[in-house]
Amino acid sequence: MTSEQNAKSMSIIVTKGALDQAYPPFILGTTAAAMGLDVTMFFTFYGLGLLKKDLNLKVTTLGNAAMEMPMMGGHIAMPNILATIPGAGALTTSMMKNLIKKNGVASIEELRELAVEAEINIIACQMTLDLFDYKPADLIDGPVLGGAATYIEVASKSDINLFI
Amino acid sequence: MADQVLDVKGLNCPLPILKAKKLLNTMEQNKTLEVLATDPGAVADFEAFCRTTGNTLVESRQDGDVYAFVIQRTA
Repeated sequence: MTSEQNAKSMSIIVTKGALDQAYPPFILGTTAAAMGLDVTMFFTFYGLGLLKKDLNLKVTTLGNAAMEMPMMGGHIAMPNILATIPGAGALTTSMMKNLIKKNGVASIEELRELAVEAEINIIACQMTLDLFDYKPADLIDGPVLGGAATYIEVASKSDINLFI
Repeated sequence: MADQVLDVKGLNCPLPILKAKKLLNTMEQNKTLEVLATDPGAVADFEAFCRTTGNTLVESRQDGDVYAFVIQRTA
């Protein structure tokens, strides 16, 4: 987005690709763009998966030590060990999707569309494409392919740089 | 009475802001947009949005569970 001269700018490094972890970068990126900032999002490692045409995002309890879900008027802890039970991932994912719907929270697909529409500068990490054997054709239209130097150039001129 | 009304009741952060911005972009200077929301976070967010973008928050009020914001396009 280059609508205003002297606009402030923000860059976000997106490294995580789980459903819950996809929200903060897309929410902050789209909102910053709506507030007139020039926004760049650099998708690398597992974050790159968020640019795939078909998203099938999941939530796991594993590594989410603080995870708990609202249930029956209270909150139920979702311990790490739960992830070892077959089907637990599908369960936590569907619980999260229900919460998202119930609370009027946008889907990641919707936020991603808004990000593209707002002309956020999207950089897909070329090294990650090679590493995980993705083709540019697997990704949505719009991302520029680039690497660390491409990102650093943007970051060195940005007012806000986030790593998520 | 605002020139346009945007109903984002039931939607959560950041959709009220994103949808309001999208609509403001299509409006002429000095026209007003009334946003109806149920997200309590929208109160602080529309204030911040207007301060940062240079649009004018003409009015911010609460009617029961609904928050109403009148924004004048001045940016």
